[in-house]
Amino acid sequence: MASSKTITVEVDDVSYTDDVEPRLLLVQYLRERLGKTGTLIGCDTTNCGACTVHLDGVSVKSCTMLAVQADGHKVTTIEGMATDGLLAPLQEAFHQCHALQCGFCTPGMIMQSASLLTENPHPNEQEIRDGLEGNLCRCTGYQNIVAAVKSVADGTVYGDSGVSTTVDDAETAGVS
Amino acid sequence: MTATTEVGGPGAGRAEVGKARLRKEDRHLITGRSRFTDNMVLPGMLHLAMVRSPYAHAKITAIDVSAAKASPGVMAVLTGADVAAEQGSLPNAWPITPDQKAPAHGAIAVEEVAFAGEVVAVIVARTPAAARDAVELVDVSYDELPVVMDLEEAFTDKVLAHSSLESNKSATWVFDSAEAGTGSSVQEAIDNAEVLIERTFYQQRLIPAFMEPRSTVVDPTGEQITVWTSTQIPHILRLMLALTLGIPESKVRVIAPDVGGGFGGKLQVTPEEAITVLAARRTGKPCKYTETRSESLQAGHHGRAQVQRLKLSATRDGTVTGLSVNLLADMGAYLGLVTSGIPILGAFMYNSIYKFPAYRFECNNVFTNKTWTDAYRGAGRPEATFAIERLMDELATELGMDPLAVREKNWIRHEEFPFATVAGLEYDTGNYEAATSKAVELFDYQGLRAEQKRRRESNDPIQLGIGVSTFTEMCGLAPSRVLGSLSYGAGGWEHAQVRVLPTGNIEVVTGSSAHGQGHETAWSQLVADRLGVPFENVEVLHGDTQISQRGLDTYGSRSLTVGGMAVLAAADKVIEKAKVVAAHMMEASEEDIEFTAGSFSVKGTDTSTSLGEIALATFAAHNLPDGFEPNLDSDATFDPVNFSYPHGTHLAAMEVDTETGRVSIRKYVCVDDVGVVVNPMLVEGQVHGGLAQGIAQALYEEAVYDDAGTLVTGSFVDYLVPGAPDLPHYITARTETPATSNQLGAKGVGEAGTIASTPAIVNGILDAVRHLGVKDIKMPCTPSRVWHALQAAQTTGGVQ
Repeated sequence: MASSKTITVEVDDVSYTDDVEPRLLLVQYLRERLGKTGTLIGCDTTNCGACTVHLDGVSVKSCTMLAVQADGHKVTTIEGMATDGLLAPLQEAFHQCHALQCGFCTPGMIMQSASLLTENPHPNEQEIRDGLEGNLCRCTGYQNIVAAVKSVADGTVYGDSGVSTTVDDAETAGVS
Repeated sequence: MTATTEVGGPGAGRAEVGKARLRKEDRHLITGRSRFTDNMVLPGMLHLAMVRSPYAHAKITAIDVSAAKASPGVMAVLTGADVAAEQGSLPNAWPITPDQKAPAHGAIAVEEVAFAGEVVAVIVARTPAAARDAVELVDVSYDELPVVMDLEEAFTDKVLAHSSLESNKSATWVFDSAEAGTGSSVQEAIDNAEVLIERTFYQQRLIPAFMEPRSTVVDPTGEQITVWTSTQIPHILRLMLALTLGIPESKVRVIAPDVGGGFGGKLQVTPEEAITVLAARRTGKPCKYTETRSESLQAGHHGRAQVQRLKLSATRDGTVTGLSVNLLADMGAYLGLVTSGIPILGAFMYNSIYKFPAYRFECNNVFTNKTWTDAYRGAGRPEATFAIERLMDELATELGMDPLAVREKNWIRHEEFPFATVAGLEYDTGNYEAATSKAVELFDYQGLRAEQKRRRESNDPIQLGIGVSTFTEMCGLAPSRVLGSLSYGAGGWEHAQVRVLPTGNIEVVTGSSAHGQGHETAWSQLVADRLGVPFENVEVLHGDTQISQRGLDTYGSRSLTVGGMAVLAAADKVIEKAKVVAAHMMEASEEDIEFTAGSFSVKGTDTSTSLGEIALATFAAHNLPDGFEPNLDSDATFDPVNFSYPHGTHLAAMEVDTETGRVSIRKYVCVDDVGVVVNPMLVEGQVHGGLAQGIAQALYEEAVYDDAGTLVTGSFVDYLVPGAPDLPHYITARTETPATSNQLGAKGVGEAGTIASTPAIVNGILDAVRHLGVKDIKMPCTPSRVWHALQAAQTTGGVQ
């Protein structure tokens, strides 16, 4: 076993200093050392995107980055997206648009969507689909995920009726 | 005769059923407070890693674990020999014939491995990294044996997949309508056929590829073994682990916490689950095993994998006179929980929505040296639907008929329900005319046909094809008597409990455990309506055998049609109990108590009381009728009397670039009839996801092995689960023809999209290029395959 290295990483606005093995992946550091289990591991080969987090505001797949590479950087995970108990717009949109079923891809999907909207605040449907290329979902068939991202880009503000209006809207839109 | 309405009809008078309620289960998942099994940490927990065979078929001659045992952090190493006396044989619950043959299936191989990826030893270590490091240090000596990978070759028995079996044939299962008395002789129909369509279709191997890799945590501390695991079937797993490992069932508690998708892939009793229990029992410490994605693809069960030899006879006017199906079904190396029965679930569906007078189905289940097959979304029914829908298109082509016309010529008309089918089922309701005409309208069928004609005439390099798929499926698995007649090892009922807390809040306990479907939301809607309580006041509990003691779990589009009915029946019992208390409280006779919208009133008066008041009075128990148990809680177990039969019409406009072979979906319209809908948002979500998986079979996915038995598509780099850019915007709509087999009129929706979409896509591709001489393209229809088919047609005018 190789010798350990000391790193300091700011994760979701808290600074952590830890000794880590050089081979430890960032996602393992987040999950196993910090207990940040909101970030998930789906594939080990950088294909599924379940482990997507932000490094200094830009999306990265935390299974393809070593913890030591995050030394001195700022990491945001899904657990840092809501502020003061208020959901981030993308989180609210995923809920409103039924953009998740089992929820396993959701943390990565939301983090990637946030990064996508930072790069391109007003994407069209194709640009959203292309921007999510590296994040796999097996449940939703993507349509409602695309709708959720689009609704945030369009500035949709959701009420709290507890009932989705977007599904019927989407059906109607599809029909016309 | 069945009534069909546009969406929103029967649900309209109810407060909750029919409403697109947002999901109760979302909040923890969108904020990262998820409880997936791999998130679990227990004090002193040890970690497992598997040593897996690199060979598809070999004798194990020696295993040296000394170096692994000496590796830092390693606490134990287990081999098959170490656990041979206690590991038992993993269960197959569906022996389809009395003489079905199956090899013993220990969780850890003892003498012989029969597929690459089979577990031969297990490392138990203090950290996941230490466990994985030590895997490399286990020295296993193998004597390689010949492998049989090809299904048709396996059927010849030239090479045996198992040394212990004399043949690769596991079982042969036959249904013949002439023998069953449900129809006439197929051979006669074929002998007298004016038109005979003979085709062989290949159902490639698919991998369920749920996003959450399977994970199991076992806590052996205390007097009971607790198993957290990523499963669709906590109840069945509890029973089967107990039977397999010889543990009293009462000493096993299984918890399915958040489960990241299943699609049939987690309808299994896995070697890894048994191994984690064995390791925890040996070490006395909590143990965790989480598979890597490659392990999941390599050693989790696969789906489909059939060769379908088909003969369809018809008259020249397009009336089908008989259908003969001869299947080879690839079991892989072992029989998993329901492996052998999967093709049988298709046996009843080849006749689909049609009135065929004669039908024969024969299936040969065959072993190969691959991981075993088992349930994958649709399980037998997508294969059947693909075959018949491809054949109906071939018949239409042969006769120069429109594919919709040839279907209409043969389908059961809505006024003919209930209809006894040639496969022996009774379809209660359906309206294929309504779903089809709605789909045709949404699709602009005539407009696209006109465009297709123009493109053909102008030799446009991008050709347009229209794929038609009409389908039905048997859902709501299943009437227990029917399962018994098919030799399945259990029943098909479902259990529920409705509890009324002193505050009037409601707890619903369901045996149907969700893994993304939204049961918590839908069941809350059902109970809110039935008991007249606010949606928010209902809590749904599931997925823990200590909380939900009875259940048969989630698969086969059964949750609402079976589990939901148990919930309603339990709620009805609560009302009956509450009426007794209400009558006592209001000094009236029970017969005079009326219940509407949460309020119990005395007939003809304005005296009333609420369920909440009754709940509190019952809890206090100060003044209850003599002999009344102070408890409103009620249990119900529902056993369906029939399957349910969702149906629909799917239309796909496919563009094929004849120069590159690239295929794209220009437009996809589906009209599904899943009966009465509790939550249209959830239903649409199920349809979307189902479509994605069906389209994936048509265009993208295949588990590919090399000749030596190595899975070539062993990671997501090679196994192409489609991403957002690979899939279209779906246009979905519904008609609503209520089922009569349950009080709600629901039919089930989990598998519909997957079943219907695969043939729609492939029919569309062929419709685009058939005039260029292409007769068939194997799935997945990759650009390479389409291009080669076009080239072959050009040079030889023949088949690919």
